[in-house]
Amino acid sequence: MAQIEVKKLNLSYGDFHALIDIDLSIETRMITAMIGPSGCGKSTLLRVFNRMNDLIEGVNITGQVLIEGNDILNHKADLIVLRKEVGMVFQRPNPFPLSIYDNITFGPRVHGTKNKKILDEIVRTSLEDVLLWDELKDKLHRSALRLSLEQQQRLCIARLTAVKPKILLMDEPCSALDPVATQNIEELFNKLKNEYTIVIVTHNMQQAARISQRAGFMLLGELVEFGDTRRIFTAPADKRTEDYITGRFG
Amino acid sequence: MTRDKRNQRIREFFIEKTISASGIASVVIVVLIFVFLLKDGLSLFKIESIQDFLSGKLWYPISDPPKFGILPLILGSIVVTAGATAISVPIGVASAIYIAEVSSPRIKEYLKAGVELLAAIPSVVLGFIGVVTLVPFVKQFFNLPTGLTAFSGSIMLAFMAMPTIVSIAEDALTAVPRSYREGALALGATKWQTIYKVTVPSAASGIVAAVMLGVGRVIGETMAVMMITGNAAVIPKSIFQPVRTLTATIAAEMGETVRGSDHFYALFAIGIVLFLITFFINMIADLYLHREKR
Ligand SMILES: Nc1ncnc2c1ncn2[C@@H]1O[C@H](COP(=O)(O)OP(=O)(O)OP(=O)(O)O)[C@@H](O)[C@H]1O
Ligand SMILES: [Mg+2]
Repeated sequence: MAQIEVKKLNLSYGDFHALIDIDLSIETRMITAMIGPSGCGKSTLLRVFNRMNDLIEGVNITGQVLIEGNDILNHKADLIVLRKEVGMVFQRPNPFPLSIYDNITFGPRVHGTKNKKILDEIVRTSLEDVLLWDELKDKLHRSALRLSLEQQQRLCIARLTAVKPKILLMDEPCSALDPVATQNIEELFNKLKNEYTIVIVTHNMQQAARISQRAGFMLLGELVEFGDTRRIFTAPADKRTEDYITGRFG
Repeated sequence: MTRDKRNQRIREFFIEKTISASGIASVVIVVLIFVFLLKDGLSLFKIESIQDFLSGKLWYPISDPPKFGILPLILGSIVVTAGATAISVPIGVASAIYIAEVSSPRIKEYLKAGVELLAAIPSVVLGFIGVVTLVPFVKQFFNLPTGLTAFSGSIMLAFMAMPTIVSIAEDALTAVPRSYREGALALGATKWQTIYKVTVPSAASGIVAAVMLGVGRVIGETMAVMMITGNAAVIPKSIFQPVRTLTATIAAEMGETVRGSDHFYALFAIGIVLFLITFFINMIADLYLHREKR
């Protein structure tokens, strides 16, 4: 079943048309990768799914984005519930300058969990989700800023799984990491896709090929091609996709 | 080496030396001021014990024999400062949060200009306005024999501390990386939750520094307090009584003393006490400002 249905989505920043007639459907518990050259609108598309574009002045969105059947673009949509269901990992790890424990419990607390025992349990399971528990279980009250970048990015993912979202949006989550850390995080994605629907933006085509089941190629605000990752990379239907993945531009 | 390059190096050399000379000069001047203060201030302790000076309840510097107990003055300073802090910190921090996090860019410009304007009012002018408006109001509203009270002084000083608190706390809040706010909002936090659970804690050290610098300004303030607090060197029983502060004492009495008299030295000794207080407060502020940078 499709978890996200996008129908005729258009977005403009003032008079700049950044997303043009996007149609796509993102399937449950799979990794969908969005690729394309810089400035083509990948981040913009991702930020539609949790309505982070609302923070920017002068954004105008039309069309439909159905998440589990609800149109999230409807202004009656509850942003707080939406963002609990649809979590986002950013390009640079952005843990809060608080303790590891407080980082993870931030989400559950704002959504109303107060019981210390439950919070402790959430910290444990979330850190286990991202394979950090053994490393950090004795350092939970240290500042999260003292972790390595890879650990920070894992922590940011744990911070999301703590509120039990259904969808994880990742905007170039490995671009600040070294190759080894990147590989570790990719392994983590593989594990996470058993429980979450993941949409990942990446500049790295090998990464998209390695980890995703579905892929979309964007160019100048348009979704040129979307489908099975293996097919996109072996037999692209569109000439522009082919040029991009064979490295002729981008 | 070409001539141009050599000229440039000579110029660099002079610029560098001039800058380091001014740096050294400012340190030397501070040290000289402190030495001067110590030399005259410490002379008092030949005739009066430190103990009696700090805890004496009577300040009669020109009676015979004179009494140099500055406890009423210390308490006067503390009461006025505490009052001003209690008023200015919540309002100042709240204003900073409003300016940095809530207001629209346009309103933000107006508010920041307003805060700068408030900072630009000379304290004697504020004191004067206080005498004509605030003092009669306090007298009437609380039905007091006089409106020249510690409470009036606190309100007036709160106005002076506010610009410092607002502008430094606002800087600290604005410096909080956008990514923290985005992270919080993306987790479904409301704007308010984001502010008080992420943005304010992230700026905490800067906010503490802002408060300390504001308080430092209040303790050192002289003119306005002298005009408004009633200038009675007695131990205050409530904030609705006249008091006198350390600073006001020096300012009011320095003109009437004979150079080299015990009274003269006593005023310098008060100067030392003030110096130490402000020094510690600034040091704490500095500590917090630097902690933020780490
Ligand atoms: N806040 C904004 N205001 C105006 N234009 C914007 C804004 N954000 C993005 N854009 C423009 O929209 C287009 C798409 O931007 P977007 O960030 O989505 O690209 P991207 O595909 O994520 O690029 P990159 O790979 O560099 O991250 C770009 O041309 C960009 O300049
Ligand atoms: Mg981007």
